[in-house]
Amino acid sequence: MGADLSLRNTADRRTSRRRPARPQLIRIATIAVLLLFVLFGFPQLLSLYYIDTMTQVAVYSMVTLALGVLVGWVGLVSLGQVAVLAIGAWVAARLLFATAQPYPVVLLEAGLITMAAGVLIGLPALRLRGLYLALITLMLAGAITVVLATVNFPNGGHGFTGYNGSLVHIPPIRRPSIASGDPAYFRYAVIVAILMFALVLAHTKTKPGRAWAAIRQSEPAALAAGINTTLYKLWAFALASFVTGVAGGVLAGAVHYLYSIGFPTQDSITLLAVTLMGGVYSMWGAVVAALLYQFLPALLNNWGVSADWLTILFGLGVLQVLTTAPAGLADQVPKDLARLGRRLRSRARRKPATGSAS
Amino acid sequence: MIEVEGLTVRYGGVTSLDAMSLTFTEGTCGLIGPNGAGKTTFFNVLSGFVRPAAGTVRAFGVDLMSMAHFRRSRWGVRRTFQTEQAIEELSVFDNVAMVHEHSRLGRASRRQDVLDAISFVGLDADPETQVRTLGAGQRRLVEVARAVVGRPRLVLLDEPAAGLPDQETGHLGEVIRRIPEHTGALAILVDHDMSLVSACCQTTAVLDFGKLIASGATADVLRDDAVIRAYLGVA
Repeated sequence: MGADLSLRNTADRRTSRRRPARPQLIRIATIAVLLLFVLFGFPQLLSLYYIDTMTQVAVYSMVTLALGVLVGWVGLVSLGQVAVLAIGAWVAARLLFATAQPYPVVLLEAGLITMAAGVLIGLPALRLRGLYLALITLMLAGAITVVLATVNFPNGGHGFTGYNGSLVHIPPIRRPSIASGDPAYFRYAVIVAILMFALVLAHTKTKPGRAWAAIRQSEPAALAAGINTTLYKLWAFALASFVTGVAGGVLAGAVHYLYSIGFPTQDSITLLAVTLMGGVYSMWGAVVAALLYQFLPALLNNWGVSADWLTILFGLGVLQVLTTAPAGLADQVPKDLARLGRRLRSRARRKPATGSAS
Repeated sequence: MIEVEGLTVRYGGVTSLDAMSLTFTEGTCGLIGPNGAGKTTFFNVLSGFVRPAAGTVRAFGVDLMSMAHFRRSRWGVRRTFQTEQAIEELSVFDNVAMVHEHSRLGRASRRQDVLDAISFVGLDADPETQVRTLGAGQRRLVEVARAVVGRPRLVLLDEPAAGLPDQETGHLGEVIRRIPEHTGALAILVDHDMSLVSACCQTTAVLDFGKLIASGATADVLRDDAVIRAYLGVA
């Protein structure tokens, strides 16, 4: 009888979980308001320079999100994300020049083709982890960069590569007709990013997310739980590559012209550094990482300070995160702010008490 | 019933299991031996983590060696680990549900099966609690709940009581003793705590340097001279 009762209690707790609790509703409402402000407030408040920067932030938040899935959820260190982004951008540019397909269809195709390439890049992950996997993915990224430098990005030419070196007037990569201007394209990029975040969230909160958490902690434990680790690792690479491929497609429209020099292999290392700094275990971490990667350099440039200083800052940031805040700034800053608030409140309470005593 | 025939495992020049032949019939069976005797290696063979150099293992008439490692859990081979492996990032419920959702069991019974397993091991914690916040004894119980959820056929318990205080070991022993009756599975317990083995296991086998040196009723085995020599090093 007692056992039955305890079972009913635990069952009730599970049922009550399905209805969002009040703090959860407040959280959802806050995020909705924040997104509306970003979508409609930013284009009103920011200059074109910063609107373009924030478009890049939206693009790179998808890339850092994908990297966060690999590093944070599955424990696979990839140093090839910039090359994957370049593949997505290349495919999207080629399709945009060659076809009149709607932009969302092109983004979907770019994501799917990049996904296929990403799974190939992820194959070594079936046997390797840690430093060796990082090295292999870095080498593969280097190889892809070399190939792209040889093939070049499409510029409106014909043939498979779509590159014509003798073109005088290079046409820009088109944007969707509903978002041809910079503010509209910024909104477009943010909406695509929201969809990608929702896609990742749908994975991390369900069966694949649980399987990835198990694989990250212990592969034998995952196997003992019946998890096909090969399938789920490739699944993670496929998802990360799809999201990065879509990001590449958005990037193509954002910049209008693509050059292989814009995707240096070493940027993958910086991307990993900012992803770790932002926080690999939360969605907010990806946004923070993208702000560090794109907004901070733009801000420094605007102030006339060389962005090269960021290499030192990121180095120190990674050191700080690895030693004191493994969940990154997205986790640490709210905690520190809450701690500061508590201290200030307790100090404010102490002051009147001291006054009355004297 | 588990029938092991001529099982041999070699790591380089070291023979971890040397032509082990044994049958585990039913209930909870003990497997004991000094450190390095090959107990965990045997579990790793059953789990599919180690490929034997020779020998066969048939579980309830099925050739276990021909099954991919991740499929063995789905079929019913469940285990706990010497170093407890409950997934820290997940809740108690999700830890147990994860095993169920990768089994051949349907979704309809999942919630009830998971809660049954948590209730069976007597875990005194909210199923929504994150495992990382639990104590060592509770985490061990989560691991056992993972091993018994759904329809296990073979439950391998690798030193589940290691490092636990007497009271928690007593509770765990009670749970282990009830596994065959509750789930219908055959359980094999590896442990150095002889009182736990005596309390839980009707039969026990003893390994020493990869060789089977004794097997039979637990009380008889623990009185066996060869077993006493292997454990205490008496000449």
